[in-house]
Amino acid sequence: MTPKSIAVWVLVALVGAAGWTVLALSRGEEVSAAWMLAAALGSYAIGYRFYARFIAHRVLKVDKTRATPAERLDNGVDFHPTDRRVLFGHHFAAVAGAGPLVGPVLAAQMGYLPGTIWIVAGVIFAGAVQDMVTLFFSTRRDGRSLGQMARDEIGPVGGAAALVAVFAIMIILLAVLALVIVNALAHSPWGVFSIGMTIPIALFMGFYLRVLRPGRVTEVSVIGVVLLLLAIVAGGWVAESSLASTFTLEKETLIIWMVAYGFVASVLPVWMLLAPRDYLSTFMKIGTIAMLALGVVIAMPTLRMPSVTEFASRGDGPVFAGSMFPFVFITIACGALSGFHALVSSGTTPKMIQKETQVRVIGYGSMLTESFVAVMAMICATIIEPGLFFAVNSPAGVVGTTVQSASQAVADFGFAVSPEYLAQAAKDVEESSLLSRTGGAPTFALGMSEIFSAVVGGAGMKAFWYHFAIMFEALFILTTLDAGTRVGRFMLQDTLGNVHKSFKDVSWKPGVWLASALVVGAWGYFLWVGVKDPLGGINQLFPLFGIANQLLAAVALAVCTTLLVKSGRLKWAWVTGVPLAWDVAVTLTASYQKIFSDDVKVGFFAQRDKYREGIEAGQVLKPAKNMDEMHTIVTNATVDGVLSALFALLILVVLLDALRTCVKAVRNPASATLSEVPWTESKIVAPAGLIATREERAELAAAGLESGGGRVKEPVA
Amino acid sequence: MSGGVRGALAKARYYVREFSGEAAYDRYVAHARSHDPDAEVMTRRAFERARTDARESDPRGGFRCC
Repeated sequence: MTPKSIAVWVLVALVGAAGWTVLALSRGEEVSAAWMLAAALGSYAIGYRFYARFIAHRVLKVDKTRATPAERLDNGVDFHPTDRRVLFGHHFAAVAGAGPLVGPVLAAQMGYLPGTIWIVAGVIFAGAVQDMVTLFFSTRRDGRSLGQMARDEIGPVGGAAALVAVFAIMIILLAVLALVIVNALAHSPWGVFSIGMTIPIALFMGFYLRVLRPGRVTEVSVIGVVLLLLAIVAGGWVAESSLASTFTLEKETLIIWMVAYGFVASVLPVWMLLAPRDYLSTFMKIGTIAMLALGVVIAMPTLRMPSVTEFASRGDGPVFAGSMFPFVFITIACGALSGFHALVSSGTTPKMIQKETQVRVIGYGSMLTESFVAVMAMICATIIEPGLFFAVNSPAGVVGTTVQSASQAVADFGFAVSPEYLAQAAKDVEESSLLSRTGGAPTFALGMSEIFSAVVGGAGMKAFWYHFAIMFEALFILTTLDAGTRVGRFMLQDTLGNVHKSFKDVSWKPGVWLASALVVGAWGYFLWVGVKDPLGGINQLFPLFGIANQLLAAVALAVCTTLLVKSGRLKWAWVTGVPLAWDVAVTLTASYQKIFSDDVKVGFFAQRDKYREGIEAGQVLKPAKNMDEMHTIVTNATVDGVLSALFALLILVVLLDALRTCVKAVRNPASATLSEVPWTESKIVAPAGLIATREERAELAAAGLESGGGRVKEPVA
Repeated sequence: MSGGVRGALAKARYYVREFSGEAAYDRYVAHARSHDPDAEVMTRRAFERARTDARESDPRGGFRCC
């Protein structure tokens, strides 16, 4: 390193350290969000420059002379070497969705500090490492999926457990995401109208791309975004017109709509709804996240939530129960460590990467960017009045249905907020009520509207920006419902194919309908449970989702660690082994508490016992209002408890099978077989990072290539 | 328009086309022709249809995370 670069990196480290110091030492006074940005961005820069580089060169030994699957198997369609800057965008758009916007908001109940530390430290040492190492190993195996790698490298038992885990997670994920939308749209004619309008808009775009002008994605996306903005504005008119009551829906009605939508969308041809929705949500996602980053920097809001609240140690928070360890680490999955990413890192991306050296920017870099989105969600949740935060995020059983009862309940938590303030906050965004709008989306939307209206339009634009944020989140959640149902169906068809051959044929209509109905029915069941649960759906289901996601991360990290050991890199196995150990500790502790805790707020079976005893004694226990609700609680607690036990069991199976394989490989290194594709020389010249270094520019110039890199032209013989 | 502005616009156009997948057809044609200059290629309409319909049979490719 030159003296100049040493000076620059010392400065970066100092900025990051200053950010952390201010965040950690503030007691009572309000802190600017600028410090949070400094802490996060400074740490990311150090992590990327030093740790990711160390992993790429010392641990993985990325080889720029080795041809990637994209180069070897180039068919111009699924396999083709893609400009790293384009692939970075693709990969980021594929990994980042609603997850990083939800988890941090819920975790904010413990204050901004615990969540932020985990988001930043988790991504640097675990999440980004997982994404990058999985991407690397999958690239060396022609883009094999996580499930295939688990089967090939760990064994059939671990492989089967991984598949069950993926399916179970998909169901819980879809239910939780649908619940977020139901909670945001209930009794909101504005929201229901604008999100409903996305269906005709998508149908129009689909028709345009299929019939009118095939492949003209950019122009149709621009038209779509304009129509979308129009739909948001029109939603405001509808909410004030006589049509408002038509679009004011109860949660139960919304569930029926969601389930019907999920089924119909997933059996319709891809071109009608899914493909156009995908374009729309990708453009909205990238655009809004860029705007939000800009907005935070310009508005520089102040964090109003305390750095650490009492719920962190007491573990009785209203948003989700349980103490900081392990539940902050379960609640924030996406943005810190998300097992789901391993599915993308071992899917499309490895088939498109130009150079092995680029796994650092694509895998590690995209994940850092998602983490930054999570930090912005944390900022959105903590700049609003803490009293308002708790009134919005607590279950209805806790805050009641009037602003007076909510103000009282929030005061009992130790936060003051007047009933008038709560009423005004709802009026500002033109909602009838904001009480108990759990699930994170409304809170995020409140924070975002605060930031955006400070930059553009002032208080008069608050309602527009609030509904813009809801739309932005709902858009990609609905796309995920459709795409996720299809993936679940695909897996189910594959399994059912072992029972009846016709199911293997993915175009056999009865099979498609039955499998789709089963998948939609499964997440629809949990959605129904989530809405009807007197204890609060998010409160009960979100920990399950977090455990499931971290379980998938354990599978991915176990595969990575096994591969490091099998390829003779035992001394570097800690790189994925330590995050794996941490992840397993967190997930198993959380599962253990969810199963065995005596605290009825935390333990599912403790809940079950308490309410069953109530039923036997003929008593109705709060927050249940009648005997039916008592029975609902008992059933839900049993289902959730059994699922927690299943997840814990799956994690143990994968872990033990991986351990067996590792021990065997260490004892007898010769026996370890790797299904790696042999080395072939690469004829592509391309820079490793987003910006080419001086040497890389010289190499490109010598080969006569542009900054995107490409194949070296063979001299004509 | 100055050369710098034109260059920047061309670059922006390149990225938008690559990112949105609009360039996929050109790439497919170039790929097919690189092996055989007279290769028969699908029309753009047929190509875009085939590309979208491929997601029908295996939906895992286009999956987005949470």
